Amino acid sequence: VQPDIFLNVAVGGILTGLVYGLMALGLSVIFGVVRVVNFAHGEMMTIAMYAAITLFSALHLDPLVMLMPIAAALFVLGYLLQAGLINAFITRPEHSQFLLLIAIAIIIVNVLLIVFGPDAQNVQVPYAFDSFQLGPLIVDATKIYAASAAVVVAAALFAFFRYTTLGTAIRACADNHTGALVVGLDVNRLYALTFGLGCACVGAAGCMLLLIFDVTPAVGPAYTLLAFVIVITGGMGSMPGALLGGVLVGLTEALAGLLFTPSAKSMFAFAILVLVLLFRPQGIMGKRLT
Amino acid sequence: MIARLTAGVPRRALALLGGLLATFMLLPIFAGDYLLTVLILILYFAYLGQAWNIMMGFAGQLSLGHALYAGLGAYTAAALYVHFGIGPWIGLLAAIPIAALAGAFVGFLAFRFRVAGVYFAILTIAVAEFARVGFDHLSWTRGSAGLFLPVAQYSHNDLWHMRGHPVMFYYILLAATALAFIACRVLLKSRIGYFWLAIREDEEAARSAGIDTFHYKMIAVIVSASMTSFAGVIYAFYYNNLFPEQVFNISHSILIILAPMVGGVGTLFGPILGAFVLEFVAEALRTVLEGFGIDLPGTNQLFFGIVLLLVVIAVPEGVWPWLARRLGLAEGKT
Repeated sequence: VQPDIFLNVAVGGILTGLVYGLMALGLSVIFGVVRVVNFAHGEMMTIAMYAAITLFSALHLDPLVMLMPIAAALFVLGYLLQAGLINAFITRPEHSQFLLLIAIAIIIVNVLLIVFGPDAQNVQVPYAFDSFQLGPLIVDATKIYAASAAVVVAAALFAFFRYTTLGTAIRACADNHTGALVVGLDVNRLYALTFGLGCACVGAAGCMLLLIFDVTPAVGPAYTLLAFVIVITGGMGSMPGALLGGVLVGLTEALAGLLFTPSAKSMFAFAILVLVLLFRPQGIMGKRLT
Repeated sequence: MIARLTAGVPRRALALLGGLLATFMLLPIFAGDYLLTVLILILYFAYLGQAWNIMMGFAGQLSLGHALYAGLGAYTAAALYVHFGIGPWIGLLAAIPIAALAGAFVGFLAFRFRVAGVYFAILTIAVAEFARVGFDHLSWTRGSAGLFLPVAQYSHNDLWHMRGHPVMFYYILLAATALAFIACRVLLKSRIGYFWLAIREDEEAARSAGIDTFHYKMIAVIVSASMTSFAGVIYAFYYNNLFPEQVFNISHSILIILAPMVGGVGTLFGPILGAFVLEFVAEALRTVLEGFGIDLPGTNQLFFGIVLLLVVIAVPEGVWPWLARRLGLAEGKT
């Protein structure tokens, strides 16, 4: 393999990885605060992707333009789910929570299957085949746009948690649930907000990823798993860890696709997971497991 | 031995169990091909649910990747048959150790490094997915094109090669389900079983009490994986075709956990009742939808999702414990 092809593929992988990172960031935020593992994460992303496809084919709206409204819709969906269903499960055993979300995931996959059919769909944006050249480097325009959007959304989320009162309140809930109750925070509402934010992240990531990949209803579970791999690799509950894990997994997948075969790329993501669980179970940026 | 196993079980429950077994023995006489197919599915998932229950229901380790062990069992026996003409019962001698080894690998990775809860569940999915993609590229088993067993019209049932009429598979599965039921009861009433329950209820406490939790959790995974692989072998020889996309798929894993979830995790009768309820209601639903001329892929799965959702919300302990209390069949405290 020539070195410049290698470099091109690596850069493409890193850019895709940033979008993966944003997707995983949603999962990480939800887990870090609500302590619930969203087993329907990838499925929620496919909802966003199909929404973007529908808007594109009906009204020719670019997925990147529709990113905000779709993310907002996913926020509402997540908020309602947490407020209406998941909050009641916070004190239930862990496996009960998993199964609740797995049930939601199954329902989403099959409703999408019934509505949109099993075939792969995508959007043909006018700039689908554009590329930027930088010396020997040739990068797809779609990947540049998608990755830039991912960085902007992630930065906005960091800023929200760091600098706003609401973000601080949510972090307080994450650090000390009882303490947050004592000082009078409406924890259930904050949990619903957090779940909504996590879903908004994955909704935005879905719009970006649609520029790079096709979507079928069946990819939902695969993305859920990928988000888990990324979050565990980066460190559960760590926001920078999610982005770093995303880049690492994106890069690995791209190189594996180049050196072996694209259809086997997910095996390498799982290999990373096994290595991380073996040698650093708390993840690269995670705090020690308790 | 028998007295110890049945101690504390109400006489009515034993009579009911005997009656149920007798009914199942006689059913193929009356059942047509369609009903037989449904019954085979019920027994398949009842047996698998029993196997899965050992890990989750007894030892408290949530596996969401049991398709791995079924798939390994199916592929091992089928590949040996296709390539070397080795029959399924001999193939089982390879299938069980391979599945047990895979279980030991998952268990070792997880329990050695104290990977628990959600991490463990995700690890089980990841290993199963790894196997799915791996088998998609394994040319020895024909990769994603699928492995097919030679099919021919058989004049008689050849039990040794598992070639023949579905009724034969029905009785194999019935025997397997009955044996699994008894085996689980034996395990549950043994030293190992009590240690499992201790680990499930409070692992820290179990460890402080001197139980080697690593050791007993490993036993749970290995026993469960071995039992699961047998169902895989039957799957291969019953359907005569294997695709990694199907047998290793996460939805296969989910189907395996549905029956015990609906019936009652950790109960012996739960997986059987759960399989029964799910399949019968699913078939009824299909018939009704077909009556309206609706035939959409995904409706069955959608239904399973809705049932799981309702069960988790309304009867989190499962249907059987609830029903057993109502019918006065619950085990007495002795």
